[in-house]
Amino acid sequence: MSISNAAATMKKGVPAQKAALPGAKPTKAAAKKKEGAVDNSDGITDDWSHGKGLIKPPDQLELTETELNEEITRILTTNNPHAPQNIVHYSFKERAYKPTGVVDQMVVLFELEGSLVHQDSDEARRLRAKGDLPKETATVATGTEPDEEKPDTLGTLVEVDEAGEEDRPDSAASKADMEPKATNQFKFSERASQTLNNPLRERSCQTEPPSRSIFAATANQWEIYDAYVEELQKQEKNKEKQKAAASKKDTDKSKKKPMLMETQNDDLTKVRKSAKILERMVHQNIFDDIAQDFKYFEDASDAFRGQEGTLLPLWKFQYDKAKGLSVTALCWSQKHQDLFAVGMGSYDFSKQGRGMLVHYTLKNTTFPEYIYPTDSGVLCLDIHEQHPLLVAVGFYDGCVAVYNLKKKGLEPVYKSTAKTGKHTDPVWQVRWQKDDMDNNRNFYSVSSDGRVVSWTLVKNELVFTDIIRLSGAVSEGPEGAQQPGIACGTAFDFHKQIDYLFLVGTEEGKIHKCSKTYSSQFLETYDAHSMSVEAIRWNHFHPKVFISCSSDWTVKIWDHTINTPMFTFDLKAAVGDVAWAPYSSTVFAAVTTDGKVHVFDLSVNKYEAICQQSVVAKKTKLTHIDFNPIHPIVTVGDDRGSVSSFKLSPNLRKKPEAKKGQVQPKGPEVEVAKMEELLSLLREPEHGTA
Amino acid sequence: MAGTEVKKEEADYKRLHSFPLIRHTDMLEEMRVETMELCVTACEKFASNNESAAKMIKESMDKKFGSSWHVVIGEGFGFEVTHEVKNLLYMFFGGSLAVCVWKCS
Repeated sequence: MSISNAAATMKKGVPAQKAALPGAKPTKAAAKKKEGAVDNSDGITDDWSHGKGLIKPPDQLELTETELNEEITRILTTNNPHAPQNIVHYSFKERAYKPTGVVDQMVVLFELEGSLVHQDSDEARRLRAKGDLPKETATVATGTEPDEEKPDTLGTLVEVDEAGEEDRPDSAASKADMEPKATNQFKFSERASQTLNNPLRERSCQTEPPSRSIFAATANQWEIYDAYVEELQKQEKNKEKQKAAASKKDTDKSKKKPMLMETQNDDLTKVRKSAKILERMVHQNIFDDIAQDFKYFEDASDAFRGQEGTLLPLWKFQYDKAKGLSVTALCWSQKHQDLFAVGMGSYDFSKQGRGMLVHYTLKNTTFPEYIYPTDSGVLCLDIHEQHPLLVAVGFYDGCVAVYNLKKKGLEPVYKSTAKTGKHTDPVWQVRWQKDDMDNNRNFYSVSSDGRVVSWTLVKNELVFTDIIRLSGAVSEGPEGAQQPGIACGTAFDFHKQIDYLFLVGTEEGKIHKCSKTYSSQFLETYDAHSMSVEAIRWNHFHPKVFISCSSDWTVKIWDHTINTPMFTFDLKAAVGDVAWAPYSSTVFAAVTTDGKVHVFDLSVNKYEAICQQSVVAKKTKLTHIDFNPIHPIVTVGDDRGSVSSFKLSPNLRKKPEAKKGQVQPKGPEVEVAKMEELLSLLREPEHGTA
Repeated sequence: MAGTEVKKEEADYKRLHSFPLIRHTDMLEEMRVETMELCVTACEKFASNNESAAKMIKESMDKKFGSSWHVVIGEGFGFEVTHEVKNLLYMFFGGSLAVCVWKCS
């Protein structure tokens, strides 16, 4: 043990020496060390334990030579001087305290359990069985012992760390790993080096001092007095004011309260109204030039153009969500002159899908006033004359529906179903009728399935009555059997004065004059067109005249009492729609698929249009046209879903020139007379030839 | 008669003018109210000894708002001081006293 201790001190000593002399060579260091050792140990030196220094406790007595040499005799006995000698035990046998004779004299000063086990002992064998001991006898930490190299001594001793307590296998293993690193005292020299210390750097900063300011004043009695007096006066004034304000506030509060109540009840609907007004104002500002044109512009160049007139484009109505749909119906509201309805759908058989019913107003031309998306394409619509909130709509799927603009929601208030007699083919036209005997609203519809149906709005359902079934040409079957064909109705119109009389146009180009009272017979059939009839309209003024147009490029004007057309106009393209002007009996307009609007005034020119104008981009087809009931504008719908409005130039709405001094007659009679004159001109030569 | 009137007026004046009147300050609301109350308390406590009152105010202010505060109390004096911004209060109290409190460290 002492040797290993020496090794330990040596180990400690070498780096200490080296640290003291970092630059010195190891040999020099060793020499110095030796000297030091000699000095320290007072001459007691061993050659081999050159690293050993005598360590003194700090509180060791300094004794002189004589004192050290003085002999002190000590006799050791086996008696423990601290052991008690007067211990008594109570003996139950003798019922008395008895002194105990023998007292244990042994004192344990130090106890250390051994960590060495003999190889052949039972304990060693047990441990080996457990696997706690290394198989081979390890070289031990006492590596400095010269004897260690003898296999005999090594073989007999096995070091066990902390004896039996040690049962962690890893620590034994780690120990075995550590052991080979034990240094040989004779060859070992230790080296060390010092790394560079990071240089220190100083950094400092200074904050700005808190800002200061200078204040000066003089305090004396009169100033203090003045300040107080002033303050008191102020306070008095404030009191008066407060009183006045308080009385005011009281009155204000009584006024404000109901106001508050109102504002609390306020919700978005109120804002919506003002927002709508504001939106319209903004539009009026933005489109001020168009509005001015609409109201005041009269094309001065008409005077030099002779009879011809022009159309001045005004607003264009478009709705993003209706892009891709084509305008299939157009109808101005008779009551509200700025409002019109547009039906959106498709005429293309293969591209049927959704539709849309939108209402535009001239007051807000960029966004529809009402929007009703529909599942099926809209094909026709009609706004009730007296009740402009009611809109009848015919769909491609054969349904008819009635929308009420006042009702919230996007669903129609009435809709026909398969149960309630809906058409089996697209509905091509709907038209409101006068209220029936029970004051129920009713309308008519015509469809490709050959039926003309009257619909009555009763409380919450739509009651239908078949008015007529159109039976067309009787086709002969292959076996000679006669099959009654169905004529597909595509357009109809009701006579303005004669209640029961109406006309139905069919797909094969015939026009039937029917009566509501006879359900199977036609009063007359006109062989009008060679292709399907697109529109039929009675003249607004003359009770006998109606107009029809067809995809066969022609527009024809008829006297319903005569079987042949009075006028025929070829427009060089399929005619989509035709409409009479509301202000004159002789003016009508037609739209064609080549994108042109044709305006005729028969009193001016019986053979050619007085205005023929291309109004849309190439390849866009015009589908419908309608006159505003009051203002001199027309709206034209195209197959791209946009509606354009045009102002008619003065030539297109010219009144017959008044002769000097003659009062210009006005009224429908004049218009009737004008038309009659025209018709008579046509009739007379016929009569003459006949 | 005149003498009594004068006395009456004086009494009136004393009664009316007993409230603290802030003549000038740049303190924030909270600090101002606290300082004013402190001044009032001190002046009422040491009604006849301005020095003690000033001492009390100064010490309290140092504790509450950090050093170093300076206080002047008197019936007549003139001054020009440099103070830290937002740390000055100049007020009248009791009809005849002027109190100036400021911080400058």
